[in-house]
Amino acid sequence: MLAEVGHFALIIAFVLACLQAVVPLVGAWRGHSGSMLLAPPLAVGVFVFLLIAFVILATTFLQDDFSVKVVASNSNSFMPDIYKFSAVWGNHEGSLLLWVLILSGWMVAVAQFSRGLPLTMLARVLGVMGLVAVGFIAFSLLTSNPFERLLPGIPAEGQDLNPLLQDPGLIIHPPLLYMGYVGFSVPFAFAIAALMGGRLDAAWARWSRPWTNVAWGFLSLGIMLGSWWAYYELGWGGWWFWDPVENASFMPWLVGAALVHSLAATEKRGLFRSWTVLLAIAAFSLSLLGTFLVRSGVLTSVHAFAADPDRGLFILIFLALVIGGSLVLYALRAPTVASRVQYGAFSREALLLANNFIFVISATTVLLGTLFPLVMDALGQGKYSVGPPYFNAVFVPLMALLVPFMGIGPVSRWKQDAPSRWRQELLLPAAVVVLCALVLPVLTLGFNLWVALAVLFSGWLLAGLLRDFLDRTRTAKGLFSKWRRLTPSYLGMLLAHTGFAAMILGVTVVSQHNVEKDLRMLPGDSEDVAGYRFHFVGVNPVAGPNYDADQADFQVFKGETLVAELSPQKRRYRASGQVMTEAAIDPGMFRDLFIAMGEPVGEEAWAIRLQYKPMIRWIWFGALMIGFGALTTAFDRRYRLRERRLDTAETQAAMNSPAHAKA
Amino acid sequence: MPRLKLFLPLAAFVLLSLLLFKGLSLDPTSLPSALVGKPLPDFELEELHSGEILSRQRIIGEPMLVNIWATWCYSCRVEHPYLLELAAQGVQIIGLNYKDDSVKAVGWLKDLGDPYALTLADSEGRLGLDMGVYGAPETYVVDAQGVVQYRHVGVVDAQVWQSLLVAWFPEFRREGVSQ
Repeated sequence: MLAEVGHFALIIAFVLACLQAVVPLVGAWRGHSGSMLLAPPLAVGVFVFLLIAFVILATTFLQDDFSVKVVASNSNSFMPDIYKFSAVWGNHEGSLLLWVLILSGWMVAVAQFSRGLPLTMLARVLGVMGLVAVGFIAFSLLTSNPFERLLPGIPAEGQDLNPLLQDPGLIIHPPLLYMGYVGFSVPFAFAIAALMGGRLDAAWARWSRPWTNVAWGFLSLGIMLGSWWAYYELGWGGWWFWDPVENASFMPWLVGAALVHSLAATEKRGLFRSWTVLLAIAAFSLSLLGTFLVRSGVLTSVHAFAADPDRGLFILIFLALVIGGSLVLYALRAPTVASRVQYGAFSREALLLANNFIFVISATTVLLGTLFPLVMDALGQGKYSVGPPYFNAVFVPLMALLVPFMGIGPVSRWKQDAPSRWRQELLLPAAVVVLCALVLPVLTLGFNLWVALAVLFSGWLLAGLLRDFLDRTRTAKGLFSKWRRLTPSYLGMLLAHTGFAAMILGVTVVSQHNVEKDLRMLPGDSEDVAGYRFHFVGVNPVAGPNYDADQADFQVFKGETLVAELSPQKRRYRASGQVMTEAAIDPGMFRDLFIAMGEPVGEEAWAIRLQYKPMIRWIWFGALMIGFGALTTAFDRRYRLRERRLDTAETQAAMNSPAHAKA
Repeated sequence: MPRLKLFLPLAAFVLLSLLLFKGLSLDPTSLPSALVGKPLPDFELEELHSGEILSRQRIIGEPMLVNIWATWCYSCRVEHPYLLELAAQGVQIIGLNYKDDSVKAVGWLKDLGDPYALTLADSEGRLGLDMGVYGAPETYVVDAQGVVQYRHVGVVDAQVWQSLLVAWFPEFRREGVSQ
């Protein structure tokens, strides 16, 4: 019964979404404010019914209702409750429901926090988001109904969730990632609304900006969690695999990074307007493309959902309508007149242009690499797979190219700046950084050209940030007034750029100084890895809630001091019989010690992998800073202040308009 | 014609969707492996029984079948008797025990018989990844020079052997027909 109620709630949400897609847009077209005013309540309605559907689905999981197909195939009564709950989005149908729920959450947020928007704009934005919601709810109802029953013949027990997904990281990774993915629908809707209204100005950029930054921040955090999860859960200590599904989330991130920066130029200087609109469309289109790639079975990947060409066709048609439609609108309505605003070759605008150029090229290379196997297959040229060598070879130099510009960015001025001033500002810091790059690696892990370059690059970024920070706060007296000068958007930039510097260091150091040993070890054996002695104590059987495991006990010594006791496991999940390696990790700011169990080899002996991973945490720590930096910028007061000012201006304008009189 | 330039993204997208549409009708899993015509990738894996570390060099030398199998794979159980039959005829079969538990695998071979001249224990699926294995069972024909000649996804039975695989094992052709 419950599942049917859920199904029904989903249908109601669909109907409301249809209304939301049509009524406000027609209202905006005909200038009928009554219809436009319906947009926010309709958005809330869609959200409420999707929430009901989601809660019901979660309840069927928690109640072990195996008459519901997705529950039977993805859950098990022995699983801990928290994993029963996260199993809701551990499958295609449930994760799609989460996708639309989050989309409607963003709609409600727009309705709530954009009270200051002109009514037509708000109606159009919510209408466009409603259109997207219609497509995805229809997708769920028609091809992937999560409430489908298994009748007759209810299984007595469920098949268990894929053990890889039974992990705390996977509880929050998909929701965060979707927050980012789906969040790009907001700047997309703003862009489409602006194109419809023919109003691509600084105000539009200012409205889109906080939404873009927040969505991009969530996407950063989601990707970071995914990478972290892969590191400790997949069991072999890598942190990025250039897998098609990873790329699917990474492409919108790269275009999003370009968008975040070009919006700055559009807001502050009214520049790059057509370009910014195109980026906003592209970021969301790539999110949709990612959804298509993951759920259609066009590309094979470690974590693609079950392939189904029908679903693929549905999303493709939807993709064609949404993206094709917006690009047609773009081609017809985007301003062609070059902006009258001028800027010099040495200016912040030029630097931002370089940033955009590099990010878009990067996204394109990732897209090409991801689709290359498909292209060759479609042209009958045979089957190919494009692996990390290609991506690393093109991607790393591009990111390195970004750094010189990024270091100057903060100290640069809008409109016209002078290289001589940059030289004056940055010459001393640059000298210090070069010195550090030469000395630091020697003092720590031994000189290595790549590490020296990484120190040089991240040092250059930090030098630029620090220089600008000092310039800004120099004239302020007292700590408090210094602090007051730092707006949230400036702090966010500081945080995100510092995070990027930390990532450069982490990535380079771990790839250069990583030590990895695959061994056959007997209880009592010891092995030295990078100055640490790993002592294998023994293996014991351990029983978990839904698995049995062999657990190896290790003691790690540095000299004579015990540094860590680690217990990696080899688990066998009872329901599926799947075997999983649960690595044990001693984390640290400057190094991780990593032990994973392989197979038993002969009497009591085990294949063991020992790893020393210096500074790997810096990668995720940096990504966290990028994510939180982006989120911080949204708290800038100017977004709220100007909205309020606009609010009053708009209400007055609305009062005087004939449309309002009619209503 | 500045307006025309704005149609470029649309044109690119149309091309992309044509590609994706075509992609839907292609089955990425019905692969004539990317490896066909290329040497078998190098590896260092333990032999399932002896624990000896084997490399590519050690196993090549005569035409053989490389059979991907695992105890968790039901279809592998289905094809197992026919593999025993082939092995009895003298066909060289190397097993690749894919993402499996070694203890279970040894038990399976003890219970059902061992058709494999050697069995590589690929518990992490690394060689499988290099070979582009999508699941079990899969069977590769590797010639005497160690070059992959053919890939079959799914169960090997008399019909598959006769129509697809035997071509690379001329000396078994006649005996095969009588099967």
